[in-house]
Amino acid sequence: MDELCSVFAQEAREQLAALEDGLLRMEQGDKDADTLNAIFRAAHTIKGASGVVEIHHIEKFTHILENLLDKLRNGEISLSSDIITALLQGCDHIGALLDRVDQGHMDEDESLQQAGESTAETLRGFTNAPEEIALERDAMMPEASVDTVERTGGDTAINDCWHVSIRFGRDVLKGGMEPLAFLRYLLNLGEIVHLETLCDAIPPADAMDPESCYLGFEITLRSHASKEQIENVFKFCRDDCDLYILPPNSKVADFLRLIEALPEETMRLGEILVKSGALTQEELDGGLKTQSDSKVGADGTAPAPQLGDILVQQSTIQPELVEAAAAKQKVVSEKKAAESNLIRVHADKLDQLIDLVGELVIAGASANLLAQKSGQGTLVEATSVLSRLVENIRDSALQLRMVQIGETFNKFNRVVRDVSKELGKDIDLIISGAETELDKSVVEKIGDPLMHLVRNALDHGIEPAEVRAANGKPVKGRVELNAFHDSGSIVIEVVDDGGGLKADKIQAKAIEKGIIQPGQTLSEQEIVNLIFEAGFSTMEKVSNLSGRGVGMDVVRRNIQALRGQVDVKTEVGVGSRFVIRLPLTLAIIDGFLTSVGDYSYVIPLDSVVECLELRDDATRGHMLNLRGEVLPFIRLREFFDVEGAPPTRENVVVISAAGRKAGIVVDQLLGEFQTVIKPLGSLFKHLRGIGGSTILGSGEVALILDVQALTQLASQTEERRHPIAHAAPALEAH
Amino acid sequence: MTQYASQTTADGAVHLTIDTPMTIYTAQKIKEQLMAGLQAASVLVLDLSLVDEMDTAGFQLLVMAKRECQRLGRTLRIVAHNRVVRDVIDFYNMDSFFGDPMVIPAGN
Repeated sequence: MDELCSVFAQEAREQLAALEDGLLRMEQGDKDADTLNAIFRAAHTIKGASGVVEIHHIEKFTHILENLLDKLRNGEISLSSDIITALLQGCDHIGALLDRVDQGHMDEDESLQQAGESTAETLRGFTNAPEEIALERDAMMPEASVDTVERTGGDTAINDCWHVSIRFGRDVLKGGMEPLAFLRYLLNLGEIVHLETLCDAIPPADAMDPESCYLGFEITLRSHASKEQIENVFKFCRDDCDLYILPPNSKVADFLRLIEALPEETMRLGEILVKSGALTQEELDGGLKTQSDSKVGADGTAPAPQLGDILVQQSTIQPELVEAAAAKQKVVSEKKAAESNLIRVHADKLDQLIDLVGELVIAGASANLLAQKSGQGTLVEATSVLSRLVENIRDSALQLRMVQIGETFNKFNRVVRDVSKELGKDIDLIISGAETELDKSVVEKIGDPLMHLVRNALDHGIEPAEVRAANGKPVKGRVELNAFHDSGSIVIEVVDDGGGLKADKIQAKAIEKGIIQPGQTLSEQEIVNLIFEAGFSTMEKVSNLSGRGVGMDVVRRNIQALRGQVDVKTEVGVGSRFVIRLPLTLAIIDGFLTSVGDYSYVIPLDSVVECLELRDDATRGHMLNLRGEVLPFIRLREFFDVEGAPPTRENVVVISAAGRKAGIVVDQLLGEFQTVIKPLGSLFKHLRGIGGSTILGSGEVALILDVQALTQLASQTEERRHPIAHAAPALEAH
Repeated sequence: MTQYASQTTADGAVHLTIDTPMTIYTAQKIKEQLMAGLQAASVLVLDLSLVDEMDTAGFQLLVMAKRECQRLGRTLRIVAHNRVVRDVIDFYNMDSFFGDPMVIPAGN
């Protein structure tokens, strides 16, 4: 596939996403004309672009979609849920067509063609316009696009007026005719909404003939009179003046032609038209942009500064209008600037860069170590500067890969809409923290597990409307997607206000499936966590939504593969909250280096709260009194069976993860350390408490602790030891 | 029959009172008067209270005078608009162009 088409497909997809997003917002009651305009523009852009790359079947199909949108925009048909459904189907079809383009086919295959026909038929059904299929070939021309895009704007109320432009001839006064009288006569026909006097033609005082007429007028007239009647007002001076009459709801293009025809400066007239309400600022901007596009001047000056200048000179325009226009210009230029600042880079290149930076970090650490051993002050200094730079490079390189999770989240708007329709439930999706950033590779891989959780929440979580009503809950269900940063990891939550998970049912099911033994004592949290075990499904009925053979076990496995974890907190009758915790990045972290015996361990720095000396009198079993707070701790020496006697002074590193704190007892604290994570081989997959490994500057291997697993382990050990005392607080802690 | 009363006040402003109709018939003369007034002082104060008729030609003269003042960096103040003058300027929607406070007489 040639590059042009791939760029087209990519950009069309972006437009499609915007289109879909807008449609969903409209369905949720967004009645903003801007939204509809944005949707329309997105469709129009796709149409235009597909014409440029000569993929005519997409062009043709989008045209049908655009027709319907145009009718909606003009208020000829009103929006309904059915129309949105049809439009969304249209979007899907365009998506399918784009898929085929991605595969390198420039034509549509038969099944797609049939699907397209039927979707197009539905769309046409709403349009009620029988034969508009003939393509406007000139639709790709910017002029025409303005014509269609900007024709009506949002406000027809202002446009229901006649627009009269008149320039009186020089000799009108001498002929004994009085312009004032003509204009006043207009009042007999209707209301003069706005009148603007143009004195620009009056020459300097010396050259001015006081008996000549130099005036012109732009008049907005609200009247039921016919064009003829208006013309007749000026009958006596008709031959002596230039008269233009535009009927109500004239096209922007007509106004532009008017502007061209009149003697005054374009921008000045444009402003007058805006001021008199004949045109909206948007329509004018669009129209003039087209004009300036069509005559790209050699000097290349944009119309913007001129416009501002003129306004200030004439000082006839309200300041807010100037501001509005200026703001608009600014937005446009900023957007353009932002676009030109973007570079599309292949993800592989980025990965390679990150790899190299990783090696650089290791090499830098080793150089640092050697420099320190050598004891040469200048060398130490040089290497420390170097390592600071390396640190900066590392951060910037990682930043390159960071993307906002919003895009992934927005996909779910559609999912929730479709699924809730299918299930006959009324469900709202609430998204927060869409701007939270995380590594691109993580974003890509989190899509599927999230999808499963959301579908589950919709299908199993939210009860049918009758049940909700009976339980005194709002009939409208609610699913939330939240994302936020928390101590070096990103947390994504899928929350529903449904029925919650019933522990007794889960236990029974688990026993039936042989996952646990009858009589096995488990804390409530442990029972709930059983849903993540392989071969578990709480719903008796396998619906076509969740019965896809992908269970919660797969979700957990996928998330664990990202070095993340998933937890569920649930309350019967109130709802469930699935919490996914993911590392920000997969490659490099800031670590805190510690040692036990001869071995080095790295604790991710983000999770370190504080370090303190372990004093025997403050401990009891595996609990520690931390300023009046009970802190469970783990001795790494015991945990990893490190040989040798502990030193006289041991240290505790207090870590926090997933809202839990725990202490890790080590021999020595060695300080901060940049760490490139080398994943452990599959052989060590089942090791608990270790997240990866890294190579120290000295060439030795250090293990990176899995803080989440360790805190969990620490508190679980305590829970087991004192099951009664701790079962309840452990739940409350969530 | 046409009388133009012109006097210079202490602050150097020239007060010009026009007490005739401002129409096409008087336009030529009024223009001359205005030009003379404009050349004489940096501030020209026009008293229009006695103008009993105004048409487009008269209105044009006011615009011209205002623009000329702007060009020369001088000040034109129109005071004491009467109803006739005000109606014309209002209808032409040019109040802001002249920028003079319009005194609305009582009982209006």
